Amino acid sequence: MSSPLLHLDAIDAGYGDFQALFGISLDVAEGELLALVGANGAGKSTLLRTVAGALRPFSGTVRFDGEDVTALPDIHRSRKGIGLVPEGRRLFPSLTVEENLRVGAATGRKGPWDLKKVYEMMPLVADRRTRKAARLSGGEQQAVAIGRALMGNPRLLLLDEVSLGLAPLVVEQLYTALPGIRAEGTTVVLVEQDLTRTFAVADRIACVLEGRVVLTAPAADLTREQVTAAYFGTLEVTSP
Amino acid sequence: MTWLNAIAQGMLLGGIFAMAAAGLSLVFGVMRVANLAHGDLMILGGYVASVAAVSLHIPVALTVLVSMAAVGGLGYLIQRTLLDRAMGLSEFAPLMVTFGISVIIPNVLVQLFSNDTKPLGIGSLGTASIRVGSDLAIGWFPLITVVAAVAVLAGLHVFLYRTQSGRIVRATADDRAVVRLMGVDNRKVYALTSVIAFATVALAGTLYTMRQGGVTPYEGQLTVLFAFEVVIIGGLGSLWGTLAGGMVLGIAQSVGAQISPDLPLLAGHLVFLAILVFRPQGLFGRSVLA
Repeated sequence: MSSPLLHLDAIDAGYGDFQALFGISLDVAEGELLALVGANGAGKSTLLRTVAGALRPFSGTVRFDGEDVTALPDIHRSRKGIGLVPEGRRLFPSLTVEENLRVGAATGRKGPWDLKKVYEMMPLVADRRTRKAARLSGGEQQAVAIGRALMGNPRLLLLDEVSLGLAPLVVEQLYTALPGIRAEGTTVVLVEQDLTRTFAVADRIACVLEGRVVLTAPAADLTREQVTAAYFGTLEVTSP
Repeated sequence: MTWLNAIAQGMLLGGIFAMAAAGLSLVFGVMRVANLAHGDLMILGGYVASVAAVSLHIPVALTVLVSMAAVGGLGYLIQRTLLDRAMGLSEFAPLMVTFGISVIIPNVLVQLFSNDTKPLGIGSLGTASIRVGSDLAIGWFPLITVVAAVAVLAGLHVFLYRTQSGRIVRATADDRAVVRLMGVDNRKVYALTSVIAFATVALAGTLYTMRQGGVTPYEGQLTVLFAFEVVIIGGLGSLWGTLAGGMVLGIAQSVGAQISPDLPLLAGHLVFLAILVFRPQGLFGRSVLA
């Protein structure tokens, strides 16, 4: 069996004196879509930030494509192909949509994604290309944030709460982009609060509870009840 | 016609102020560092040019480039060795670093060159002028200065808005953490920004020194004030505002001098204060962010 694209081993991480992650071990195979499920504050965003290199773990190992990248800062991990769409979108507000996308290409990676392809996939974004990012609606901002990450041609795309604060219809539109992204072979790890949507898109689901992965299984093998139980930590769960 | 002349001279003086202010505005915009040493670096630029011309016998026109390269290089060193670290400590630390530099530069200059004026003559170019009317003459040198100022600001504008490196600089100004997720080393962006800012202020300082015929160690304490005034008059974050701010301050000082020889500085400060009271966002500034 080939080694997983992303391999986390016994990750402890947090901020200063506060520990958010406890002994997280997780594999993500190339081409897979893994959904992280868990309550607010469970450590999902911290986990994504640790994978992207924005946060150095206290201990443990992050391997990307077989290489130990634990000590590599975010700058170098993005050049290696880890793209993070951060929580809260974090566009460059004074830049136009197109400028935001172009800055995304600063990873210098070659691949299928360029301005033309992003615009083709997200006509919504194309219509707004000359508008300042600060003047976009939440949904438009999120679409640009995803486009900006794609411009860096990542092998692994980390999507942090794409639907946060957005109307269901807008979220629906954003998710229509997902098959196109996966068709390019991009591996995706996403955080999503909506269980129905999670089950619809995920190959595998990992439930995070208070900084620990309490359940990991292929989405097809899981029931909503199992995931809900893991989410609230109300039941002793056993992997099927 | 003497008034018209004063305004014309003021605009030409404003060119130097605008160039000096552009770097201050750029560094503040990208790094949120108010460089208190900016005026002293300007004066240092004048000294480098003077030494290059007088001691090293480099042609006066080329001393501009020598000064820009030397002070620009110093900018790189200061950013990488001092400011990067200070920026990681607190908001206040970089301010103290630049304050320290603003103390060191004039004292070193006094030690090396005494308090006497360090000359930088430009020969006949200093007095050559074009007659526009019976009472109005525009000097070639001030004209070159204003053209240089417009060229520097236009160049900066093209760099920031039309090139990928410029876009990355602006993106870093917006969010220094997120550019790192795109493979951009924000510290390299800071170093580039400092080199640009230090080189342009050295250019301003050299032209300033040429205009005055020489320079003294402590003049930076005054020029830094002008640079801050220009940025605030023009409005933060607007390059054309910086040019306008330079012109307004230059004209205010020049017209003030026309009224009385004691007045130029006071007139400049009064205009600055009036702008602060009546239009605090500056002439071209945006009252709403982004």
